[in-house]
Amino acid sequence: MVVLSVRGLTKHFGEVIANDHIDLDIEEGEIHGLLGENGAGKSVLSSTIYGLYRPDKGKIFLRGKEARIQSPLDAIRLGIGMVHQHLTLVPHLAVWENIVLGREPRAVLRVDRQRALAGIEKLLEETGFRLDLTKRVVELPVGVQQRVEILKVLYRGADILILDEPTAVLTPQEVDQLISTLRRLRAQGKTIIFISHKLREVFALCDRVTVLRRGKKVGTLPIGEATFELLAEMMVGRKVFLDFPRENLRGEEVLLELSGVFTDPPGVPLREISFRLHAGEILGIAGVEGNGQSELAEVVVGLRRPRAGKILFRGKDITAHPPKTRILQGMAHIPEDRHRLGVILDFSVMENLLLGFEDQPPFRRGRMTLDLSAARAFARRKIEEFDIVTPSERTLLRFLSGGNQQKVVVARELAFEPQLLLACQPTRGLDVAATEYLRNILVEVKRRGNGVLLISADLDEIRALSDRVLVMYEGRVVGELSPESDEYHFGLLMGGKTLEVS
Amino acid sequence: MKYHKVPPEILAIGLAFLLGIIVLLVTGYPPFRALGALFRGAFGSRNAIGQTLTQATPILFTSLSFLMAYRAGIFNIGVEGQFLIGAFVSAFLGVSLRQVPFPFGTLFSLFGGGLGGALYALFPALLKVYLGAHEVITTMMMSYIALYLTSYLVNYPFKASGWVAQTEPVAPSALLPKILPPTQLSLAFPIALFFALFVFWFLERTVPGFAIRAVGLNPEASENRGIPVRRYQILAFVLSGFVAGVGGGGEILGVHGRFVDGFSPGYGWDGIAVSLVGRLHPLGCVLASLLFGMLRAGGMTMTRTTKVPLDLSLLIQSFVILLVAAPYFVRFLFARRRSREG
Repeated sequence: MVVLSVRGLTKHFGEVIANDHIDLDIEEGEIHGLLGENGAGKSVLSSTIYGLYRPDKGKIFLRGKEARIQSPLDAIRLGIGMVHQHLTLVPHLAVWENIVLGREPRAVLRVDRQRALAGIEKLLEETGFRLDLTKRVVELPVGVQQRVEILKVLYRGADILILDEPTAVLTPQEVDQLISTLRRLRAQGKTIIFISHKLREVFALCDRVTVLRRGKKVGTLPIGEATFELLAEMMVGRKVFLDFPRENLRGEEVLLELSGVFTDPPGVPLREISFRLHAGEILGIAGVEGNGQSELAEVVVGLRRPRAGKILFRGKDITAHPPKTRILQGMAHIPEDRHRLGVILDFSVMENLLLGFEDQPPFRRGRMTLDLSAARAFARRKIEEFDIVTPSERTLLRFLSGGNQQKVVVARELAFEPQLLLACQPTRGLDVAATEYLRNILVEVKRRGNGVLLISADLDEIRALSDRVLVMYEGRVVGELSPESDEYHFGLLMGGKTLEVS
Repeated sequence: MKYHKVPPEILAIGLAFLLGIIVLLVTGYPPFRALGALFRGAFGSRNAIGQTLTQATPILFTSLSFLMAYRAGIFNIGVEGQFLIGAFVSAFLGVSLRQVPFPFGTLFSLFGGGLGGALYALFPALLKVYLGAHEVITTMMMSYIALYLTSYLVNYPFKASGWVAQTEPVAPSALLPKILPPTQLSLAFPIALFFALFVFWFLERTVPGFAIRAVGLNPEASENRGIPVRRYQILAFVLSGFVAGVGGGGEILGVHGRFVDGFSPGYGWDGIAVSLVGRLHPLGCVLASLLFGMLRAGGMTMTRTTKVPLDLSLLIQSFVILLVAAPYFVRFLFARRRSREG
């Protein structure tokens, strides 16, 4: 039975059509994926259903009756709840307080704690969730916080749940937990609208999927009839290639060599890291996040000093060199946390492209003046070459989409033909088209005879691109695998087990 | 009306005057006569304009000083201290350099004041960068040290004979010439304007300026891109102290002619507010310091010719600061009106 349907929904923002005559039918008790690239109109559609926006045209029907949803309050009253990408909990309140907040059972002048707890316990029993209700929210990992957020929505009596890119903030393990949580809710008879641009999750979870592209609905299909390639093509509007033929181009020259590197806390201490990276090679570093990969990256680019061990770059000992020297010698870095290490959000696109090169000719004129016309010309060239979508080179980076911000980073890092590219989680948070673009770039760097050290928690990515893979666990390299090894072996090593010699 | 096209600072200023009028009405003074006197005193005559610019000069220096450090992500609350140290060093050099002929005596004294301020800012800079001592605490404390240290120096070792706690007068060859007699306006004002342009140019068009802005906005990304973060934090701090020191020197060599105990009514502290009103932009600082100079100069005339106390002009200044410091509040106020109209 169709529980929620949308007919001819249209929403403009100024000149932009965010939703263009969208029809959508959601069946009772299904998990319905809403899939699309960034800017396809998924969030606008779901926010309109939740009453955050009012449609310019179109109608929403609930169980066959037209629903007038003017605000989230109306939506909640009608049993529609939404879990936002960025959580809306009060960090210093307890879990149970957050859940009942705004709907507290009252006892004269205070909150009736007993009744509140009883209500939540009942909910926990029904859903099979397990949570310590008295813990403060700040003490919980993000994945658990998200579960609190879901409970909060259920407590308000929602039977249709909208989750807006819920996995964007989660680690892979937390994603798995979320998926089983949502399956359990489906078993309870809840209806779930799951917004994502990650195909894997949609396949793991959804019964049917609707794809949007540039504000229009491309189609709805049962997951059984969908393939990875088909959905990617529907999202992007053309065929997408995320896998590349592996070419062996490995050269003789050792670009990067770590030997016996140890580090101290803070962070995961590295223990006896040794490896060699050759020219023309992509060396993948796999592992569950938080096993020393970030620390390894910091050591390689010079943001962290090892306690012991040596780092050689193109045969030279650079262990004591600061980041600047390494950059000038031909090392490039796509950091995992773009906003923290990669870009300056309140700098313009041009300034971000210039960052770190500002004191080099041709951008420096004389002893200390900037040649702005050289910088502008450089920026315009890079915007064109890397197809960065921005109104102009003067636009603040803050106003670019995530994919375009990442392109700015890549354009800058590859500007002066580096010999070594350290790429950390390079496609995290990017949509399919941007992911394809970035993977192409990494392969291109390798084809030019340079080296790539690829650190990623996305095992598919590592296996698709790398020539060799090292697995890290608790600050050590615990083994080397060929990318063709089966997933089971990767799983063992990543979980800290050693491979039996057989 | 498109309120969102008007910068919130302008709205804040308008609102501050409106509140001033209300206060006048409530307290029983004729509001428009008082404001008329204030504007006359600020630019009604040659003298009035000279007064306004004279009052604007020290706060233009101090606001630029605050801005310089702020752009590197450093909250230099101690502008007042660096201003006072600079003033004292300038006075000392001005008194000592009797043999040095005119432009050089002035230049040395002014520059010396700048160096004094810079050196005084170097301490908290090093404390911050190498020991992690927060600059808000250290610079504020050091402002009091500077206040009492200079006070001690002019009360005891460097006191001129007489009843007043002040140094000997600066040699005439070290003074900044007056440029609009009979007002107090001296060459210090065009120098301050030049500093504003220079700071603008430095931040936007030079390598260290670029690096300072990068460090201020995102130190971690700057470090990742090879910018020596600590070095530029120190540089910005020291330059901030230099500008404050020159401001102090300008006030001594341009207006007072000697270091008089307590000559600064808190120009350094005002500079922080002026800098914020000026949106932390060098040219904004010029406009904001002119506004504050106008309120000070006009306020004095207003008090003299009507019976409205000087406090009114201080009140308006405070309203401006409060409303500018609360941009969200102002935006909220006007956004509500907009949505109701729309």
